[in-house]
Amino acid sequence: MDEANIRASKDIPPAEVADVELYHAKSFWTKYVFSQDAKVIAIQYSGTAAAIGFVALVLSWLMRLQLGFPGLADFITIEAYYQFVTIHGMIMVVYLLTAVFLGGFGNYLIPLMVGARDMVFPYINMLSFWFYFLAVVLLVVSFFVPGGPTGAGWTLYPPQAILSGTPGGSGAGIIMMLLSLIVFIIGFTMGGLNYVVTVLQGRARGMTLMRLPLSVWGIFTASVMALLAFPALLVASVMMLFDRLLGTSFFMPTLIEMGEQLSYGGGSPIMFQHLFWFFGHPEVYIVALPAFGIVSDLLSTHARKTIFGYRMMVWAIIGIGGLSFIVWAHHMYVSGMNPYFGFFFATTTLIIAVPTAIKVYNWVLTLWRGDIHLTIPMLFSLAFIVTFVNGGLTGLFLGNVVVDVPLSDTMFVVAHFHMVMGVAPLMVIFGAIYHWYPNVTGRMLDEAMGKWHFWVTFVGSYLIFFPMHYVGLVGVPRRYPELGDSAFIPDSVQMLNSFISLAAFAVGFAQLLFIYNVITSLRRGKIAEKNPWRATTLEWQTPDMPPTHGNWGDELPVVYRWPYDYSVPGAAEDFIAQNDPGPQPAGETKT
Amino acid sequence: MTDTSLPTETGDDQARPALPSGWAGVVSDYSSDQRTFKNVNWGKAMMWVFLLSDTFIFGTFLLAYMNARMSTKVAWPNSSEVFALHIGGVELPLLLIAIMTFVLISSSGTMVLAVNYGYRRDRKMTALFMLITAVLGASFVGMQVFEWSKLIEEGVRPWGNPMGAPQFGAIFFMITGFHGTHVTIGVIFLLIYTRKTWRGDFDTERRGYFTSQKSKYESIEIMGLYWHFVDLVWVFIFAFFYLW
Repeated sequence: MDEANIRASKDIPPAEVADVELYHAKSFWTKYVFSQDAKVIAIQYSGTAAAIGFVALVLSWLMRLQLGFPGLADFITIEAYYQFVTIHGMIMVVYLLTAVFLGGFGNYLIPLMVGARDMVFPYINMLSFWFYFLAVVLLVVSFFVPGGPTGAGWTLYPPQAILSGTPGGSGAGIIMMLLSLIVFIIGFTMGGLNYVVTVLQGRARGMTLMRLPLSVWGIFTASVMALLAFPALLVASVMMLFDRLLGTSFFMPTLIEMGEQLSYGGGSPIMFQHLFWFFGHPEVYIVALPAFGIVSDLLSTHARKTIFGYRMMVWAIIGIGGLSFIVWAHHMYVSGMNPYFGFFFATTTLIIAVPTAIKVYNWVLTLWRGDIHLTIPMLFSLAFIVTFVNGGLTGLFLGNVVVDVPLSDTMFVVAHFHMVMGVAPLMVIFGAIYHWYPNVTGRMLDEAMGKWHFWVTFVGSYLIFFPMHYVGLVGVPRRYPELGDSAFIPDSVQMLNSFISLAAFAVGFAQLLFIYNVITSLRRGKIAEKNPWRATTLEWQTPDMPPTHGNWGDELPVVYRWPYDYSVPGAAEDFIAQNDPGPQPAGETKT
Repeated sequence: MTDTSLPTETGDDQARPALPSGWAGVVSDYSSDQRTFKNVNWGKAMMWVFLLSDTFIFGTFLLAYMNARMSTKVAWPNSSEVFALHIGGVELPLLLIAIMTFVLISSSGTMVLAVNYGYRRDRKMTALFMLITAVLGASFVGMQVFEWSKLIEEGVRPWGNPMGAPQFGAIFFMITGFHGTHVTIGVIFLLIYTRKTWRGDFDTERRGYFTSQKSKYESIEIMGLYWHFVDLVWVFIFAFFYLW
């Protein structure tokens, strides 16, 4: 498709598919609980993810309490600390970030942005959420089983994950964790099929793939990746579950525990690492790509400027998605695999920097000479660029074998991945919530509280993770509940640890302020105008605001242009909506 | 942009935008208006995407199997001895598995016929061939149960076996079990759809109990996709377990 046709065209092919027949809920239960409306499912996903994410936030406080002020809280035993580390990581990566981006934003934005009435399979979409909910319940239940949740680290490396020396290893903790993951994957698959097929087959008239908002491109590509990456985790979870329950030895070598030889033998722990990271690395981009997409839309809208290099952005998303499947073993440089593998995986890892850099340049060039409105979504988007570049640069260190080997398993790694896939995507999530909250509720979030939330979170994140790089560089290992009397660790580290902890508490409280803002603005927030950010994309052009069941009233929208017509010279306003045919020859009417 | 030089009806080249060729043309075709895959209904598209995902599951299982088999230090059991049947004092290697494979591949044939009759809106023949497919599928699962019980009798367990590497039993039960589950789910759905076809749901567009969507004959083709996939996976499992 050539550039001119992407941007705008008058001739729209006739409808290829008949308008769908909607399922109309009749009772409270089918309308709000077992709802088949993607918008309600999106809220359910986001709410559940926020609730379990709050648990992870509290766990991070407890960890920082132990690290910053060792001995202050004596209920944090070494075992408990391992459990906190594990569950915090698992929740944040899988149950919060993946669920919010794909289940939350995916469900809300895809049907609205592509001009569909709903997801293509609303019933399966509803099941998807309830499977996710069950997975979360299983995870929570694991706190209350004998022995507590698993403390194997979020990577669940065998053999230690299922041995009695690890918290939850010989109890039910690891079993609950694996079951929860399996249920999550089944649930995600049902949702993911919906997201992918809706984007491919359910678009409005005129909505070609090359006119999709980048948000949809990001979520779509991430969903495809998740459908191909989660199988590896499913297989690994099933096999480890068998190792634990049936006594198979997929991942278990011959072992001696407490002077006794175990019945395991002949298995390969490295195989688990390969399977896990074949899922685990694409997972990073499953979280990052929706963030990339959404932030592109936020930047373009709030800088009132066309996105720079739309097609390059799309190809970069696809390229990153493809490349991310052949870089997984850069997580395994110290696992003892063949050194030539390290060479290959370091090369592919550094190649990923090319499309990623294209995206960063394009974001910056979108801002260049734009009419930048420092709204809260824009502030968060700017913060995303900064934190993402920061985390990406330390990624270049860790992607190289020789630099990674000494840095491996230090706090440097912790600082790197928190910056690049913790803070950066969260910045986008927050920005996106401030941006789309009026679309969901019809009210604006409070701006003063939003500014506090932003500055404390942004500055606080740097105060947490910037010193952490230094702590890691001097050799402090990750996942250690206390440092002891190690001679190579300078005294400054303990001081920094206390400082980091204080910053972490502050950032955590800022999130409480945010939750308070979200809840109180439901009733007290300023009533939003119909299209408060004057955005071009379809979700703001619905006849009702907020959009009702079926999204579009009687008539489906027709799309005449791409989503980035901001500040078009000669146009009446500084944006032209996607379903606006633009200046018409006399006699024609506006759709 | 290249000249496609198709004569337009009006003779006015401005009336229709020229089509791009080469890679740009591929992109423009697949990114075209409303639907990426023309004349593919939603259910069919979803089944294809699901099968792609499921391929990764089976692929990962088989890779794990290859990895375990190649890295084990204890010798792998000889498959033609392990999977042999003793009939009348003669040892017949791979007899059972040959029958199982034949049955399952045949069931793919009957499924094709069911889909074909579905296209012709022939309610009775569709139901009949779906039923035959289900019966063949069920007998496959039955023979698998027989094979499992025979191996279990001979002492093969998930954690070890008398013939060689302990991973043999573990991986065999896991992968054939996972595949058998797929077949069983397929049989259950085949029976459900046989009943729906027989009752005439597809002709009257009766609404689904759970989804409240109209029943359509397209479902049979989607069912067929799944069934052929399960067969195809079996071919790989057969090759990697019984012939390697």
